[in-house]
Amino acid sequence: MSEHSVYKPQNPFMQWMERRLPIAGLVYSSFIVYPTPRNLNYWWTFGGILTVMLGAQMVTGIVLAMHYIAHVDFAFNSVESIMRDVNYGWLLRYLHANGAAFFFVAVYAHIVRGMYYGSYKDPREVLWILGVILFLLMVATAFMGYVLPWGQMSFWAATVITNLFSAIPWLGDPIVTWLWGGYAVGNPTLNRFYSLHYLLPFVIAGVVVLHVWALHVVGQNNPTGVEAKTEKDTVAFTPYATVKDAFFIGVFFLFLAWFVFYIPNYLGHADNYIPANPGLTPTHIVPEWYFLPFYAILRAIPSKLFGVIALLSSIVLLAFLPWLDTSRVRSAKYRPLYRQFLIVFFLVVIGLGYLGSQPPEGGYVIAARILTAYYFVFLLVILPLLGLLETTKPLPNSISESVLGPTPSGAKV
Amino acid sequence: MSAHRSFVLALTFAAALAVVGARTVFAQEADAPPRMHWSFHGPFGMYDPAQLQRGFKIYREVCSNCHGLKLLAFRNLADPGGPDFTEAQAATIASGFQVTDGPNDQGEMFQRPGKLADRFPPPFPNDKAARNANGGALPPDMSVLAKARGYEAGFPWFIFDAFTQYQEDGPDYIHAIINGYEKAPAGVALPPGAQYNKYFPGHAIGMPQPLSDGQVEYTDGAPPTVDQYGKDIAAFLMWAAEPKLDERKRLGFQVFIYLIVLTGMLYFTKRRVWRDVHHPPQAA
Repeated sequence: MSEHSVYKPQNPFMQWMERRLPIAGLVYSSFIVYPTPRNLNYWWTFGGILTVMLGAQMVTGIVLAMHYIAHVDFAFNSVESIMRDVNYGWLLRYLHANGAAFFFVAVYAHIVRGMYYGSYKDPREVLWILGVILFLLMVATAFMGYVLPWGQMSFWAATVITNLFSAIPWLGDPIVTWLWGGYAVGNPTLNRFYSLHYLLPFVIAGVVVLHVWALHVVGQNNPTGVEAKTEKDTVAFTPYATVKDAFFIGVFFLFLAWFVFYIPNYLGHADNYIPANPGLTPTHIVPEWYFLPFYAILRAIPSKLFGVIALLSSIVLLAFLPWLDTSRVRSAKYRPLYRQFLIVFFLVVIGLGYLGSQPPEGGYVIAARILTAYYFVFLLVILPLLGLLETTKPLPNSISESVLGPTPSGAKV
Repeated sequence: MSAHRSFVLALTFAAALAVVGARTVFAQEADAPPRMHWSFHGPFGMYDPAQLQRGFKIYREVCSNCHGLKLLAFRNLADPGGPDFTEAQAATIASGFQVTDGPNDQGEMFQRPGKLADRFPPPFPNDKAARNANGGALPPDMSVLAKARGYEAGFPWFIFDAFTQYQEDGPDYIHAIINGYEKAPAGVALPPGAQYNKYFPGHAIGMPQPLSDGQVEYTDGAPPTVDQYGKDIAAFLMWAAEPKLDERKRLGFQVFIYLIVLTGMLYFTKRRVWRDVHHPPQAA
């Protein structure tokens, strides 16, 4: 992976600089000549999209923070003042709110890609675990951001989620009081959520650096799951990957613009335009759509403590995928059984998302329990067994062979 | 394979259960408001200034007796993309309201006619006074009411709504409430002071029927009916909640043109760059 050309500056200043801080050389080797498998499909563009979205969220967020007031008496109205009196404030806020949702669209696509093509397997375990950490940080950041407008859903989401910690035996109540900074969700809670919501994106950016670093050590996986061996298997990052990523970022932005400009409140909840009222519980407390599958898992378990454990383990278990999946073949393309079970798993998560949006009663609860059972059985039973039982399809000898066909016969794809 | 099939069966079963559950839930809740035609619907939809002026007239003569509009300033009435009042007209409207100012040099609060920079004054000094005057019910502030109300379209309609750009569940709900007063069906007991409204969740609404035919005089030829009043006040409240809608859609169209051209050019650049990879000069 490391036999590509070295940066040799012609410009005297760049030569001077390179001997002191080889940052241009780092960019050159990481983002210009860095070899990427030639057979990557568009599922591989979501990493770049996520980087762009993180930057966009930071820019809009920092400007919003210039106008936002983190106080229970002023938060709601300060958001409305951004919408009404700040130049293009409506655009900043709708970009930030819908941008968060599309950040999750991209991260879910990125995770689906990783699971489908077995990107978590040896030698990419650390890369994958860093990804799970990034996802957890995103969840925390998004949740605390949702609390900031201090509408009804903000307040009650904060109440419900922080109360989950009260399920911890003995220590639960003191922990919740400590989290709140008081005996109920109030001004101290809002203030610390604001502080952390501002901090965590920079932590995310730091872990992204580690994530990209780990990626550049082990190289990218690809749809065949066969490692790149020769120069024929790869193309240079620039222009090939950059132009492909740029095109798909454009497509992604078209979808984002549809929501921002035409249906900016579609993904939100009407109740969050009602100022927070601790004395009035909304009829249905519903999280944002990107948390719904986990919310359904939480509510499917009759015991609060075990519900919280199930909720946490549904995400944390993903970090153990490299060891839960015992198969040596990476890509689902060559694993017919895994492919089917995995697609059902994805459908189950979508189903859980729908159930999470519905009231926890009657058939919804039964359905959520069946789907939750599949979620965990897939990860803990099916995945380890499949690797031992499944007959996989023959792998191509190399990436270039899978693209161009076997060398002697020629044009078979 | 058979294990896989049984999971598919379980999934189908679960989906069927979910649909049955959904039916029973909807049976208990209020009727879905009928969808109206709104001038501000869709990618090119804008507010109709004449309709906003009529809606404002209703707010001023009827709603403002109980409902505040505290996030709006009188100057907003003359903002572009709004009811299109001139600044002079907005100033005249403002001077028709008494606002509390002060303290003055004697340390006293005092009343004076409103100015363009003032926000709409609240109809009651505080929530307790509002409840006291309204039989215990609190009339909500109307500044963002049109975005704070709505109804669940349910599956699969909510998916279609993303494509048809349906964002008017708030105005539809407001129009429906204005038109939803009925005699309570036999056997329905209402709490004292409550009215029956078929679109209100739980049906028992604290607000007496606010508008009747001919109550507000229209000078532009629009029919003075409750149906028309409902549409006009809903449109006005949508503007109050989302005053930058016209600007948003206008900019959105420009952004779309820009993104489509940019993405199109990137697509052809990508094809050109990758041509040699997909079709090598001679196969190895």
